[in-house]
Amino acid sequence: MNQITLKINGSEHTVTVDPETPLLFVLNDDLGLRGPRFGCGMAQCGACTVILDGKVMRSCVTPVGSVGRSSITTLEGLGQQEQLHPIQQAFVDEGAAQCGFCLSGVILTAKATLDAKPDASDKEIGDALAGILCRCFAHIRMMRAIRKYAEGRKHDGITS
Amino acid sequence: MASRRDFLKAGGALLVTFSSASRLEPFLLAQGAFATHSSHIDPKQLDSWLAVNSDGTITAYTGKCDFGQGIFTAQTQLVAEELCVPLERVKLIQCDTDKTPDQGTTSGSQSTPTNFNDESLAQAAATAREALMAIASQQFGESVESLNLKDGVITSKRGKTVAYQELVKDKHFNLPLNTDAKRHSEKQWTTLGKPVPSLDRHALMSGQFEFVHYVRVAGMLHGRVVRPPAMGATVAHVDEGSIQHLPGVVKVVLCNNFVGVVAETQHQATKAAHALKVQWNSGPVLPAQKTFFEYLQRQPSRDVLSVDSGDTERRLANVNSVLRARYTYAYQMHGSLGASCAVADVKTDRATIWSPTQSAYPTRSVIAKLLNLPPDNVRVIYTRGSGCYGLNGADAVSFEAAVLSHAVGRPVRLQFSREDEMKWENLGAACVIEHRAALSADGTIAVWDRENWVASLGSRPGYDRPGNLISGMLMGFEPEPLTPSAAKAPKGELRNSSNHVPSYFAACIDGSCQGGGTIRSERVLTHTVRSPFFTGPLRSPLRIQNTFATECFMDELCTYAKADPVEFRLRHLRDTRVIGVLQAAAKAMNWKPRPSPPPLNQATGEHTGRGIACVAYEGDNGYAALVAEVSVNIETGVVRPVRFLVASDCGPISNPDGLRNQIEGGILQGLSRSLVEEVTWDDKQITSTSWATYKSLYMDFAAPPIEIVFVTPENVPATGAGETAITVVPAAIGNAIFDATGARLREVPFTPERVLAALKPTKFDAAGTSA
Repeated sequence: MNQITLKINGSEHTVTVDPETPLLFVLNDDLGLRGPRFGCGMAQCGACTVILDGKVMRSCVTPVGSVGRSSITTLEGLGQQEQLHPIQQAFVDEGAAQCGFCLSGVILTAKATLDAKPDASDKEIGDALAGILCRCFAHIRMMRAIRKYAEGRKHDGITS
Repeated sequence: MASRRDFLKAGGALLVTFSSASRLEPFLLAQGAFATHSSHIDPKQLDSWLAVNSDGTITAYTGKCDFGQGIFTAQTQLVAEELCVPLERVKLIQCDTDKTPDQGTTSGSQSTPTNFNDESLAQAAATAREALMAIASQQFGESVESLNLKDGVITSKRGKTVAYQELVKDKHFNLPLNTDAKRHSEKQWTTLGKPVPSLDRHALMSGQFEFVHYVRVAGMLHGRVVRPPAMGATVAHVDEGSIQHLPGVVKVVLCNNFVGVVAETQHQATKAAHALKVQWNSGPVLPAQKTFFEYLQRQPSRDVLSVDSGDTERRLANVNSVLRARYTYAYQMHGSLGASCAVADVKTDRATIWSPTQSAYPTRSVIAKLLNLPPDNVRVIYTRGSGCYGLNGADAVSFEAAVLSHAVGRPVRLQFSREDEMKWENLGAACVIEHRAALSADGTIAVWDRENWVASLGSRPGYDRPGNLISGMLMGFEPEPLTPSAAKAPKGELRNSSNHVPSYFAACIDGSCQGGGTIRSERVLTHTVRSPFFTGPLRSPLRIQNTFATECFMDELCTYAKADPVEFRLRHLRDTRVIGVLQAAAKAMNWKPRPSPPPLNQATGEHTGRGIACVAYEGDNGYAALVAEVSVNIETGVVRPVRFLVASDCGPISNPDGLRNQIEGGILQGLSRSLVEEVTWDDKQITSTSWATYKSLYMDFAAPPIEIVFVTPENVPATGAGETAITVVPAAIGNAIFDATGARLREVPFTPERVLAALKPTKFDAAGTSA
């Protein structure tokens, strides 16, 4: 058991855990976060996605001890229910979900892709989502929401 | 807290073992047979469904729950509509056995027909409105007709005003449901019929929605299961010593062949489950996948004749050419994105289970049986899991969480692994369908004989059959028996809930023709065969398999008759609602009549074609016709969808946006199932146990446009709609592939290898059938 301090959604949290513990379990069980989800535990579906220093990663296969001082953003770190991030708002506006279990993977991957390349083409966004699974197949609405957000951030000069 | 010391003290003894007899007998003696409505909440009483609160809000109770299909929002609209209150004033409680009526299972596209027509929740809301109006009329001394109702406030012509809560004053209604209470008609709707956005959207998008995976109970431990390596394997020995050195382990639980571990944290439970050494006696050798469908057709079976005009053999023997085709459909998975999870808190005399089950009351009943508790002492609180599309691991994980919690005397959260979920779920059934038919000189179908083989083992556990799932079987319960028996002559009402009987059949039983079509020389014989794997309802269960075979063979007959696929279908249909969606789809698509396929003018590259398919879901529970346009690369065999257009008729539409979401998702899920999804196995076990081995379309798949046309006949009841569109997808795509290339695909999924194989012998052969 080690004491590990994590930077999550803008604040620091110290947990006492086995450093081999997957980051996902620490986020869910020790810190009570509900955004990242256990889908497969094998980095095959994206349900556990978080953003680590601007890059998406799969928290289900990342030992918490390897995270170090990196800054972690989860789906709830983007915006609250009362004040959603524009990409979350675009998903609300388009009704872009069914069960919603996949949303961390879809929303955070799309956001990180557009943060890195604001003018990414549909094909580039699609390629970035290649490892993300939505078994309700809400693809059409999700792609529409992502495009809407991409257009909006161009006009509004969103930077993160 | 149970500690490692407690664990060690227990030594080699396995801590929970009970024989199935000791569990079964006391319960059956005490309770008698399981009743469908063993709930203390009487569905005939208004108070079971509705309460008016002192702040003017309405609490409504439903036994139909939301998994992401939108029924929570639609039911909230329904209550707001019938009671004339704003949507935000309705608080809906779903599927909690301490609070809601027993409405069985939320499945089979039954929530809308059950709760939105003239019974149950709709009837309760209408009863409440009429009762409130009657009380106000009495108080005012004015007739009901002279009263006006708006936003839960009743106003009389003379200017008197009273709000619902002032009439009710925290009392119960104490009234039975009124079967004559009048529903608002579609024309009166102000809340129903509107595209109300899903009420969970903010919580979902902000990552704050409480899935069952996030239920946390004080003192909660974490469980994992250790499954056998193969179907039918049994425990020879469990070596508890193998995990003694691991920290946090609380208990190893063994119940016949069910093995689980409980630990302080998820990580510890996962490590312990991996490390625990269990010796298994091997199970039987599985039938080879390569020849499985032939195997299926050779097994003893339980046979049912749905229709039989008695003359098909004679007629087929007396025609010049008999058209035959054999269709097969692979086992497929629910493949929920999130591996199933449940939380159980079992105390000595009562238990609470937070469960993602579709069947709160049946789950309560089974868990009561497993724990030897009276059902009233068990509470199942439905808490949404990952989308299920039918019977995924939700029931199994709930039963097993209860057993683990019982064993350790503390709350346990059980999380399945991906492999637990995929290797042991109740699969969508593999099927073989054989058709034989002949045409008349006038180009109509003179005779159609159809024989089906369906692989089946277990299914939903219902109120008393835990053996229908892996959990029950491991714990020593038997699945529902499948006793081979010969078919009897069909009698009485046509039973076509699985769409075994094509809409084109007259389906005459004892002189009463109950089918949707005109074909009178008809037979449908179904053989149900014991499956080597568990099977169960997967979105459009058997309907998708049967409709694939029906609608593709219909196209084969049509090609032989050199007719247009829409026109040829219309020749054989009487059901006006199937005709309605077929015509609507053709019109919206600007369908040009011509036979399939057009001449193939090049032997390389991509070829585009169109295909149509239609269905009367379950015979009368929703109607859809789908046109698929696909492009087929005849060098690689890759099928690329170009466009879908669907015409849907589900009667009055409660929420058009929710319906669109279901149709879009259903069509794309159907596309994934048509093109890539297939369970695989070797001689011992299922081998498609992760997303690396069970294929699904991912988010990078460029979804084609989906156009939707609603067909809305007047004065018809509301039907289901969540499974209708998916039902016609494999058939429409199969027909489009044929139209594009002349290759007839008779096996789902349509992998590139199968497309290439189908292209070889029949590339330029119009009929695609053998005489």
